[in-house]
Amino acid sequence: MSFISYLINGISLGSVYAIIALGYTMVYGIAKMLNFAHGDVIMVGGFTVFFAVSMQGLPTAAGIILSVVLCTLLGITIEYIAYRPLRQAASSLAVLITAIGVSYFLQNMALLIFGANTKAFTSVVTLPAIKLAGGQIMISGETIVTIVSCIIIMTGLTLFINKTKAGQAMLAVSEDKGAAQLMGINVNGTISLTFAIGSALAAIAGMLLCSAYPSLTPYTGSMPGIKAFVAAVFGGIGSIPGALIGGIVLGIIEILSKAYISSQLADAIVFMVLIIVLLVKPTGILGKKIQEKV
Amino acid sequence: MKKFKKGMSLLLVAAMLTLAGCSSSTNSADNSSSNEPAEAGDAATADGAVFKIGAIGPSTGGAAVYGLAVQNGADLAVKEINAAGGINGTLIEYNFQDDECDNEKSINAYNTLKDWGMQMLVGSTTSGCCIAVAAESANDNLFQITPSGSSVDCISNNDNVFQVCFTDPNQGVGAAQYIGENAVAQKVAVIYDSSDVYSSGIYEKFVQEAANQPFEIVSAEAFTADNKTDFSVQLQKAKDTGAELVFLPIYYTEASLILTQAAAMDYAPKFFGCDGLDGILNVENFDTALAEGVMLLTPFAADAEDDATKAFVSAYQAAYGDTPNQFAADAYDAVYILKAAIEKSGATPDASVSDLCELLKGAMAEISVDGLTGEAMSWDSDGAVNKAPKAMEIVNGNYSLIQ
Amino acid sequence: MKKLTINKNTKDNIITYGIIIAAYIVMELLINTGHISSLMQGLLVPLCVYVILAVSLNLTVGILGELSLGHAGFMCVGAFAGAFFSKCTQGVIPVDLLRFILAIIIGAVAAGIIGFLIGMPVLRLRGDYLAIVTLAFGEIIKNIINVLYIGKDSSGFHFSLKDSLSLGLGEGGEVIINGAQGITGTPKDATFTIGIILIILTLVIVLNLIHSRDGRAIMSIRDNLIAAESIGINITKYKLMAFSISAALAGMAGVLYAHNLSSLMATPKNFGYNMSIMILVFVVLGGIGNIRGSIISAVILTLLPELLRGLSNYRMLIYSVILIIMMLFNWSPKLINLREKYSFKRLFKKTREVQ
Repeated sequence: MSFISYLINGISLGSVYAIIALGYTMVYGIAKMLNFAHGDVIMVGGFTVFFAVSMQGLPTAAGIILSVVLCTLLGITIEYIAYRPLRQAASSLAVLITAIGVSYFLQNMALLIFGANTKAFTSVVTLPAIKLAGGQIMISGETIVTIVSCIIIMTGLTLFINKTKAGQAMLAVSEDKGAAQLMGINVNGTISLTFAIGSALAAIAGMLLCSAYPSLTPYTGSMPGIKAFVAAVFGGIGSIPGALIGGIVLGIIEILSKAYISSQLADAIVFMVLIIVLLVKPTGILGKKIQEKV
Repeated sequence: MKKFKKGMSLLLVAAMLTLAGCSSSTNSADNSSSNEPAEAGDAATADGAVFKIGAIGPSTGGAAVYGLAVQNGADLAVKEINAAGGINGTLIEYNFQDDECDNEKSINAYNTLKDWGMQMLVGSTTSGCCIAVAAESANDNLFQITPSGSSVDCISNNDNVFQVCFTDPNQGVGAAQYIGENAVAQKVAVIYDSSDVYSSGIYEKFVQEAANQPFEIVSAEAFTADNKTDFSVQLQKAKDTGAELVFLPIYYTEASLILTQAAAMDYAPKFFGCDGLDGILNVENFDTALAEGVMLLTPFAADAEDDATKAFVSAYQAAYGDTPNQFAADAYDAVYILKAAIEKSGATPDASVSDLCELLKGAMAEISVDGLTGEAMSWDSDGAVNKAPKAMEIVNGNYSLIQ
Repeated sequence: MKKLTINKNTKDNIITYGIIIAAYIVMELLINTGHISSLMQGLLVPLCVYVILAVSLNLTVGILGELSLGHAGFMCVGAFAGAFFSKCTQGVIPVDLLRFILAIIIGAVAAGIIGFLIGMPVLRLRGDYLAIVTLAFGEIIKNIINVLYIGKDSSGFHFSLKDSLSLGLGEGGEVIINGAQGITGTPKDATFTIGIILIILTLVIVLNLIHSRDGRAIMSIRDNLIAAESIGINITKYKLMAFSISAALAGMAGVLYAHNLSSLMATPKNFGYNMSIMILVFVVLGGIGNIRGSIISAVILTLLPELLRGLSNYRMLIYSVILIIMMLFNWSPKLINLREKYSFKRLFKKTREVQ
């Protein structure tokens, strides 16, 4: 019985990683950059809801909308100021470093505005928990909402990319920016749109992260951000269903290794499994193998 | 590329010169001081000399909540003392430096303060940084009192360093004894942070002492700084082993999550914590009903009813807009302890750093201070504080003293 | 033409060494005449540490062309191996310098071996996948060190991965590595002079490697792996070579770091991915593959937060803004064009040299 309840705990944790990883992998897949600031956009999303709902007393729905809008704008702005000028830079590492700069900036900005004290986040989910087997097994409302959101977002993104013109443009940009430009695709606009969507997803992930684990500080986003990055790589970075699978698998491994091996060494074990998976399948679970041309 | 490098080199040379020049320029304190010692400075010019007290803590980074509390707590005490005419008529100048909770940065902060002319140090806030800085201050023979560096290594081998807080072993042993003697529980689970000096230090001594006590530790599970959002496994294990009490030698940020998650899984043991748990009721927007019945050994509670605490809390809230936690109270006490030691020894600000340290060291053995975090606090020669921890229980969303 | 390039390399190297030696002389003069602040004096050894780290990472990132996000892990191995050795032999080897030199060798070798062991399986991964695996290894090392307990008593060494109680130390036993509490009381052997010597040693190793046959083989792997393989270059050997040397140098920096602080702990701040990323920032800001650039940017970025102390709580915010601006200034193609257009050289000389 305890195994099943650990498994469910793993899925709960994994679903949170998955929803963050979806945004990560979306941006990585199209713009081909590791956006280290993604975790901090998540934090901004959480703080916006906290500010609107808990401090200003707005209805939850208004807080959610405000958060999504704000994060979308933030994502577009960050891309415009910090990433776009470096898109043609000699090395793709340059933009990685500005992303780190942006991450520091967002953290310190939040620290100055909201202070360092931990804030308890009021869950945006009102769904009650489901109890099975006489209360021994419990699935929280947050978990259900997170998993449903993951599936909706995953389906929505897949449809968007494959069925709409803008989505096809994204695919083209991710394949070859130069050729896409020649085909009359607005590359800058497409990448802006990618960041807008990625950041809107970050806002949603932020709310769900904080609902599931209700403590909010300026550094709330950074560690889940890294974990989600690991999850995205696990699933095959750039692959949208991969992000979902990677997130859930990561969560389950983390919980089970804590439960059955060692709670002190859980981080090491998770990373060890990641390394083994990548050594066996170097592009992640669902990653595409790319044949390199000379 | 090349031009840029030239520019960088120039910048570099400029930077080095600026830093090197800091020693010779005397007014550098004005722009490096973070806490506007303006009122102190203005009044101080009357007779020239002031006591220069430095403080160190993390005001940015993940541990900022503790550093900012120390920064404000000490600042409040300094302002009060200056408003009341200073120490023996001499005013205090105060300067706080950020160390980002990094041992190396803490030494940088210490050196910055030294350049500023610091005579006494309130810091560092966190144990690791405090150990690193203590080695430097022992070398300079500079008087150091740490509000919250609770590791034994902070004070051992350095007779110039004193603590306001309890040492970690003290807390671990104290907690185990309290649980045993009062028969709070038979089966005890522990959840601790294995990557944190404070938490693993208490845990170790708690387990050691538990062997002598009439209760049994049924599960001891850890978490790490990189893995501190999900506690379902640790709680599940405690629940499965039938623990009646969960000992939490951790800080309140994680504890608030543990309480929330325990409530969600219908697990309601007794929770027992140390001074790190203090502040849990002040987590903004926290549902204090979750903390109902939590017991903790702490020297300070922000809603205690005595006049000193009330005055401190309202002054702190008015000045910084936050409810003070134990770190703020420790830092506030640290400044008043300095004041008491200076008054006792009759030290004057024109003494050298080393002479001042010797005078204060002597005085520390003699004084007894009533502060927010303890009554009649006195010090051993090794620097550890003697004070009685108070056992508190959270009842109706308030701390109340267990008799 | 060929001769000219060789001269250029030599000239370049001489300038690099010159900068280091000049900096050393200037600083020593300032120290001896007392014209130096305590802050600057305290920063000298850390500066050496970060310069070595930046140069050594540049070997992996710039010369080998592989992105590594676990450099702090190697530093951590070196730091703990070196500090452990010093702590054990503190009573046995009375000569500080000798003990420190041995500690440096031990730290470097330990980190080099770990680098070799990690490099063997992972170097066949490419790009971002390699980056994440190195990040993972860095975190694993930090996590293990955090639960590693080693004690010493009359019957020898005791190890545990649980807590110091399970070491079962006998009477008079001493816990040397105490889990998260790390190693305390490491002798403070690191000095600026030794730091500078280690920087020069690092530069000699790295610069000679770059301009050697092996170095050219390594760079050919960076430029085109398949082409390099097809002309018979042993990819695995050269990748491992660069990676282990880089790890060993990072370990050396770690020993220097550990012997400058009396308390050594593996926190996310000093040995976590944050530090690895910070070292990467040094390398990228200074120019990938540009050794002198790494040195300069490591120095600037280490000094910058200290120079900004006057801004009190706005310090780290301004730091991040400056970092972004410097990156844009250094890397943005538009700004590079603009800079070339209005460069001093061009303003003063009417025509640019014909290439």
